[in-house]
Amino acid sequence: MGELDLGMVNWARAQFTLTAMYHWLFVPITLGLSFLCAFFETIYVRTGKEEWKRLTKFWMTLFGINFAIGVATGIILEFEFGTNWSNYSWMVGDIFGAPLAIEGIFAFFIEATFFAVMFFGWERTSKGFHLFSTWMVAIGSNLSALWILVANSWMQYPVGMVFNPDSARFEMQNIWEVILSPVAVAKFTHTTSSSFVVGALFVIAVSSYYLLKKRHIDMAKKSILVASVFGLLSGLFTAFTGDESAFVNASTQPMKLAAYEGLYKGSRGADIVAFGMLTPGKKTGDGQEPFAFEISIPRGLALLATREWNGYVPGIEDLVYGNSAEGLVGAADKIERGKKAIADLAAYKAARKAGDDAAGKAALERFNVNKDYLGYGYMTRPEEIVPPVASTYYSFHYMVYVGTFIIFLMLFFLKAGLSDRLPENRLLLRLGVASFFLAYLASEMGWVVAEVGRQPWAIQDMLPVKMAATNIGSGHVQGTFLLFFILFAVLLLAEIKIMLKQIKIGPEVA
Amino acid sequence: MNDNLLRRCYTFYRDGFRAMTVGRTLWKIIAIKLLVMFAVLKVFFFPDFLNTTFDNDQQRADHVLQQLTGAAEHTEQRRMR
Repeated sequence: MGELDLGMVNWARAQFTLTAMYHWLFVPITLGLSFLCAFFETIYVRTGKEEWKRLTKFWMTLFGINFAIGVATGIILEFEFGTNWSNYSWMVGDIFGAPLAIEGIFAFFIEATFFAVMFFGWERTSKGFHLFSTWMVAIGSNLSALWILVANSWMQYPVGMVFNPDSARFEMQNIWEVILSPVAVAKFTHTTSSSFVVGALFVIAVSSYYLLKKRHIDMAKKSILVASVFGLLSGLFTAFTGDESAFVNASTQPMKLAAYEGLYKGSRGADIVAFGMLTPGKKTGDGQEPFAFEISIPRGLALLATREWNGYVPGIEDLVYGNSAEGLVGAADKIERGKKAIADLAAYKAARKAGDDAAGKAALERFNVNKDYLGYGYMTRPEEIVPPVASTYYSFHYMVYVGTFIIFLMLFFLKAGLSDRLPENRLLLRLGVASFFLAYLASEMGWVVAEVGRQPWAIQDMLPVKMAATNIGSGHVQGTFLLFFILFAVLLLAEIKIMLKQIKIGPEVA
Repeated sequence: MNDNLLRRCYTFYRDGFRAMTVGRTLWKIIAIKLLVMFAVLKVFFFPDFLNTTFDNDQQRADHVLQQLTGAAEHTEQRRMR
C-alpha cells in the first residue's frame, strides 16, 4: 500500500467544500421561501383578494428560478464520495443508504407532482388543492433536508450502529437512534430555522429594493409584513436551537465547542468570550495567552455548556493532554488504544484468512475492547485532534453577531410595517437589502463551524478524514476542482442574471 | 377511467410546459446541467473507485480493511509466519 497523498486529501477537501458551499447557496432560499409562498397563498385563499395571488405567483417564480438552478447540485457531492472518498463511502454505505433513499423518494414524488401543480395548476385545479400542493412542497422540501441532516449528524455523533470487522462497514442497528439523536434534532431545527431567516430576508431585501425604487409599493409592504413576522419568529427559534446545539456539542463534541469558543484551558464556571481577537499564531500547549484582547461574560460558557453556573467546561488543552482532576483522558492514551484496535483488527483479518478461528475470536475480543478509539490510532501526535481554531472561532462569532442583529432588524421591519412607515424609512430599507448578504454569509459560516470544527474527523472518533480518502493522485482532483469552479461560476452567473431580470420585471400587472 | 386520468395528467403537464415563459430558459439550464453532470462529469471524471476497480463486495471490503489496517497488517502477517 502506497503512502496516502495528503495533497490529494486537502484537494479533495477543498473540492467538497466548494461543492457543498455552492449547493448551500440555493438550499436556504428553497427552505425559507417555500414556506413564505405557502403563507402568501394561504392569505390569498382566505381573503380571496387578487393582489395576494399576484404576490404569491411572483415569489413562486423567484422560488422556481432558485430551485431550477440549484436542483441536483447536491448530487455532485455523491460523485465525489465514490471517487475521492471511497473508503468513507464504503464504510458508511449502510448508514447513509436508508436516509438518502428516503430523501430521494421524497424529492422525486414531491417534485414530480406537487411542484407541477404549484406552477402549472393555478387555473386548472381548485384553490384548496393548489394551496395543499404549495404546502406540500414546503413541508416536503424541509423533510427532504431532514434526511441529509440526519446523515450529517451521524458523522458528528455516530450512534445506533456497530462496526462490522468482516465487511469494514458501519451497520445500522437502530434507525430511530440515528434519526432522534440529540445532534440530529439540534442540527435539523437549527439549520431549517436559520434557513427560514435567510428566506425571509430574501423577501425583505427584494421588497426593500422595490420600496427604494418606489415600485410595486403595495406588494412590497405586504411581503415585508409577512416575511418580518416569519423572520422574527424563526430568528428567535434559531437563537434557541443554536444554544441547544452548543449544549449538545458540550457532551458530544467538546473539542468543537472549545474551538469555536476559543477555550484553551478549561475551568469550572468558565466565562464566555463575547468579543475577542485570538492571539495570532497561537498553538496548542505553547503557553501563549489565547486572546490578544477579549470582553467576556462571567460564567456564560459554563451556563451554556452545562446549564450550571459552576459546571466544568474542558478546554482544547484539557482534551489534548488530559485532566486527571476532572477525569479527562488525554489524546495520547486514546492514540495508544486506537493503535491497539488497528493491530487487533489486522490480527483478526490475518487469522480469518489463515482459517484460524480461535486466533480470530481472540483478536476480535481484543479489538472490541478498544474499538471506540479506532480513529485515534491513525493520529501520530495528540495535537492532531485539534481543529483549525481561528476559522472555527471567527465563523461562529460572525454567525452569532449577524443572527442577533437580524432579530432586531426583523423587529424594526415589523414595527415600521405595522405603522405603515416603511417607504420613508430609507436607512432601514437599505439595511434590508444589505442584510440579506450578511445572513447568507452567516448561513455558510454555520457550516464552516459544523464541518471545520469537527476536523480531523470524517466520523467522530472513528475515522479521520485522511483515512476516509481514496488513495489516488492529487492531479486528478485538482483538475476536477478547476472544472467545478468554472461550472459553478457559470451556473451562478446564470442564476443571478435570470433572478435579477425577473426582479426587475416584478409581479404581473393587475 | 384510467385512460382518462392519464390523458388529463398528460395534458396538464403538456399545457403547463407550453404556457411557461421564464420556465423555458430554466428547463434549458436544467437539461444542460444534468447532461454535463451525468454524461460528462460522472462518466469521465468521477468513476466509482471501488465499483470500477473491484469485482465484488468481498474484494471491496478487503481493500478498505487493508487501507485501515495498513502497516499493522503486514507486521501481523510476518508474526504469524
